Amino acid sequence: MHAPQRSAGAAIEIRKASKRYGAFTALNDIDLHIRPGEFMTLLGPSGSGKTTTLNLIAGFTDISSGTLEIGGKSVTGLPSHKRNIGVVFQHYALFPHMTVGKNVAYPLTLRGIKGDDREARVKRALDMVKMADFAHRYPNELSGGQQQRVALARALVFDPPLLLMDEPLGALDKKLREWLQLEIKRIHRELGTTFVYVTHDQEEALVLSDRIAVFNGGRIEQIGTGRELYDSPATLFVGRFIGESTVLRGSAEISGDETVMTTGGQKVIAHGRLAGGARPVILLRPERVALKRPGADVVSGENRLTGTIAEAIYLGSGSKYEVRLADGTIAVVRGPLGAADFGICDTVDIAFLPSDLILLPDDASADVTLT
Amino acid sequence: MPSFSRILLGLFCLLVAILLLAPTLVVIPMSFNGNKSLAFPPVGFSWQWYENFFSNPDWTTSFSNSLIVALIVAVVATVIGTLAAFGVSRAAARTGGLLRALLITPMVVPGVVLAIGIYAVYLDTHLVGTVTGFVLAHTMLAIPFVLIAVQASLEVFDRRLETAASSLGAGRLTVFRTVTLPLILPGVLSGALFAFITSFDEIIVALFITSPYLKTLPVQIYTSITRDADPTVAAVGTLLFIATSLIIIAGLLLGMRRGRT
Repeated sequence: MHAPQRSAGAAIEIRKASKRYGAFTALNDIDLHIRPGEFMTLLGPSGSGKTTTLNLIAGFTDISSGTLEIGGKSVTGLPSHKRNIGVVFQHYALFPHMTVGKNVAYPLTLRGIKGDDREARVKRALDMVKMADFAHRYPNELSGGQQQRVALARALVFDPPLLLMDEPLGALDKKLREWLQLEIKRIHRELGTTFVYVTHDQEEALVLSDRIAVFNGGRIEQIGTGRELYDSPATLFVGRFIGESTVLRGSAEISGDETVMTTGGQKVIAHGRLAGGARPVILLRPERVALKRPGADVVSGENRLTGTIAEAIYLGSGSKYEVRLADGTIAVVRGPLGAADFGICDTVDIAFLPSDLILLPDDASADVTLT
Repeated sequence: MPSFSRILLGLFCLLVAILLLAPTLVVIPMSFNGNKSLAFPPVGFSWQWYENFFSNPDWTTSFSNSLIVALIVAVVATVIGTLAAFGVSRAAARTGGLLRALLITPMVVPGVVLAIGIYAVYLDTHLVGTVTGFVLAHTMLAIPFVLIAVQASLEVFDRRLETAASSLGAGRLTVFRTVTLPLILPGVLSGALFAFITSFDEIIVALFITSPYLKTLPVQIYTSITRDADPTVAAVGTLLFIATSLIIIAGLLLGMRRGRT
């Protein structure tokens, strides 16, 4: 038995889309293009508009303004049951009065598929999620992970060109979540269907996605691959939401092609300058920063800030340090095993090259949203 | 050896059980009375009152009248009450609450008040003593019971299942037929049963809108007992007692089987 046939995924084209509930704007003028067969994750904190976007694509809510095309056709006004899109919900939403087999057969029955053909397709779909032995069970006899696999089979059994998933692993424990992430990735690879996945978990987004759209306050802050978002975030919000980071603030001066920031009485030099005279902040990634004894191992051109170790955490695969800098900022530093050991209250320098820091315009909303 | 307080509790429970059941159970021996009197304890033994119930047209027609009216009421009230329950539970909270209070009034208003009003209107519209008249009046009385029963099952129904069904390709009617209705069916069925019983044993309104040509069973029982203390009443009572007991036992057995899966 093979998985359901490879089908061409559908492209999604969202232009200038907004969604308002009375005076509240859930989605503010977003543009989003999803390629056929792509695994796109909508990532953001709760209330950022990612689920609203998914509901618009699924047809569960109407768009207030803007356009939405699926597979090159406008779907404005088309009810959800005519869109031919698979949807997987966080709460599984299996029909409790039907067996697993009946649940998976449901969308086929609605499409007039009967008899042996239907049985064969149900079996293929259940094989794909490794649930074929459970066809005669009722949903309440299954664990959460099993129910979600059945829900996935039900959403894919009719070969939709597009599958939407709304935090499908949110209710499951970490081990199961990680295993199902790989299952979902495998199924996506096998089918070629376009997947749109909503999550607030940035690690999950990085594991699964071809590209990630980061939502904040009803807008899309940035769309890109995980690497693009991590290495060159467009906004402070994206930089802080994806991965760990340290934000340095201070008074900045432009000198030639460099930005010089004074933070806690010490200078940090960054290459380049921000356009438009925005107030700059400096974002540091923990693994791009080295921990050194004060004044030791100087590399030419590197920035050094002195602080004291506030926390030292042994992680098995390495160590993590929190360093309190002169102005009270906590800098996070990750070091491999075998690096010099430091203890709490030791005075140290954090050292980083200008090419390893990220210069971004300050954005107060990035702090508010994350706390 | 059970303690004294356990024995006392047992005796008390027995007393309450006797208090609840005795009026019903007294009817059974009375229905086999040998004499033509509604007396307890009965004298002698005979099946004659059962024979009378099945052969006397007064009893058979009133029984079939009640059955017909109650069956129609069960269907009509269940349909209207179920739709009302949907409206109430899916309207905005305030509107829903108001509508619900309005729909429940027939249950709260004293029966005599309703009966007088209905009688006055029926005199003008020539509905006294008609099946239509009975069905209309009893449907009104039965709707609150259906509403309450169906609303209770709608409250525990997960509406997100409707969204899921819709995403799988089901239109609104199909969603209702294949997902919503099967899941609220226990509520709908118990609503229908309540509606049937409400109509079948309704006496107050029936006494007002009855006519010599159309009597329901409760009216026939009432006139027969006030006019000539006919022991057939006891036979009818016994038959109804057995019928309702069977329905309840069947319901319990069904519930147990459902609970097991």
